[in-house]
Amino acid sequence: MSHLKTALFDFHKASGAKLVPFAGYEMPVQYPLGIAGEHTHVRTKAGIFDVSHMGQFSIIGDETVCKQLEQIVPIDLSLLKLNQSKYSYLMNDQGGIDDDLIVTKLEDRISIVLNAGCKHNDIKQIKTAFKQPAEFVLHDELSLIALQGPKAVSILESFIPGVSNLKFMNGGSFSFKDKSVYVTRSGYTGEDGFEVSIANELAQTFCETLLTNTDVAMIGLGARDSLRLEAGLCLYGHDLNPEISPIEADLVFGITKHRRETCDFIGGSVVKDHLTNGIKKKRVGIQPEGTIIARENAKVFKDDKEIGLVTSGGYGPSVSAAVAMGYVDFNCSEVGTSVELEVRGKKYPAKVCLLPFYKKSYAK
Amino acid sequence: MSEVKYSKKHEWVSIDGDVGTVGITKHATEQLGDIVFAEVPDAGKALTNGGEAAVVESVKAASDVYTPVTGEVVEGNAAIVAEPALINQDPEGKGWFFKIKITSPDELAALMSKADYDKFVEENPS
Repeated sequence: MSHLKTALFDFHKASGAKLVPFAGYEMPVQYPLGIAGEHTHVRTKAGIFDVSHMGQFSIIGDETVCKQLEQIVPIDLSLLKLNQSKYSYLMNDQGGIDDDLIVTKLEDRISIVLNAGCKHNDIKQIKTAFKQPAEFVLHDELSLIALQGPKAVSILESFIPGVSNLKFMNGGSFSFKDKSVYVTRSGYTGEDGFEVSIANELAQTFCETLLTNTDVAMIGLGARDSLRLEAGLCLYGHDLNPEISPIEADLVFGITKHRRETCDFIGGSVVKDHLTNGIKKKRVGIQPEGTIIARENAKVFKDDKEIGLVTSGGYGPSVSAAVAMGYVDFNCSEVGTSVELEVRGKKYPAKVCLLPFYKKSYAK
Repeated sequence: MSEVKYSKKHEWVSIDGDVGTVGITKHATEQLGDIVFAEVPDAGKALTNGGEAAVVESVKAASDVYTPVTGEVVEGNAAIVAEPALINQDPEGKGWFFKIKITSPDELAALMSKADYDKFVEENPS
């Protein structure tokens, strides 16, 4: 089976990227700098991520669009200001998460960034939830390029004046090479940064322009994974899936406050039950005590009883330690609880800990 | 001067009398990237040619290290456990994994010379 390619495919190859299949696309997992080097580069300077495999989706229509979308996305879109973004998810009728996403309110539309592996099913689910007409557009003509890291703001400002005024989780239209681009101050690395929605034809020129600044490097999916794990952020299909509710995932902030009371959305009765009567399992951070690395699917034990599973785990280059997150029985989810992780048939001590492992302040 | 032989699984073994010192090749470390964890076998452990002997982990993944010879472990290299980066820095020197008392010296004939290994890597790029 052939894989899809982003507009930057040839550029990745020419940049020495190692390409791997990911969510139906052939994507760069690392460049010659290597995963640990790329990771550190993003934490100290600035890195470019091609996230064009993600779905850039628009819903265009009248004032009913917000209300209809709220049936399946549990936020209050009327409370969102123009150009403001919000993290939320697509609910299913089991109270589980079908995808996590970023919604942005624009003048004439709601714009949503969807995970690559979920996007086609997401669009089907959204269309099903809509009872009144609206226009749905999946923007295959656009690339999505993230610039992340402490130097991202000064670097991007030098090429796209004005972006430094954006607050975290806010966006706006700007100009690059006399073409319109939409820039949001957001990302998924735990660093300050931006995501730039740009015409496919301009994507490579944009990257090449950014790379004229020697503090900028191309970054692959490998470092993206270690960066988001250190930042305590979930990866759909690993830390989240259709059987896990937002409450179990400890992502209640993705539901607008008053909607936690009304729970008037698809799957709301399950969410209400979880909020009222509690949950059986919960997503937590897990810190191995020694140097052992527990990866996805490592079992978690407490007093020889299996109590959970690691859903993401690896080595955190910026914290110089093994880091993990996963689901454990609720009564073992308190921070500081001693647990054991099974790795290659042996058990190793670990502690339930707070997320994130690595924290940096965003531009508020 | 001890003789060094190479396996298709990218291990090297340096033979000194009946004791072999085993590690992974420079090519293997380049494929793995920065190594952040290593586990080596304890002295006394019996290992069979081709069997799992040690573990290395990069940021991305865990990989098994196999023994290219049958025998009994004499010593695991505590230095790489304490400082896994040694494996990247000096894969065919300070980054050795374990020493093993070779009990089936006939197996050595199946391993490659340095020149043959280099050719093998060239012909089988991953």
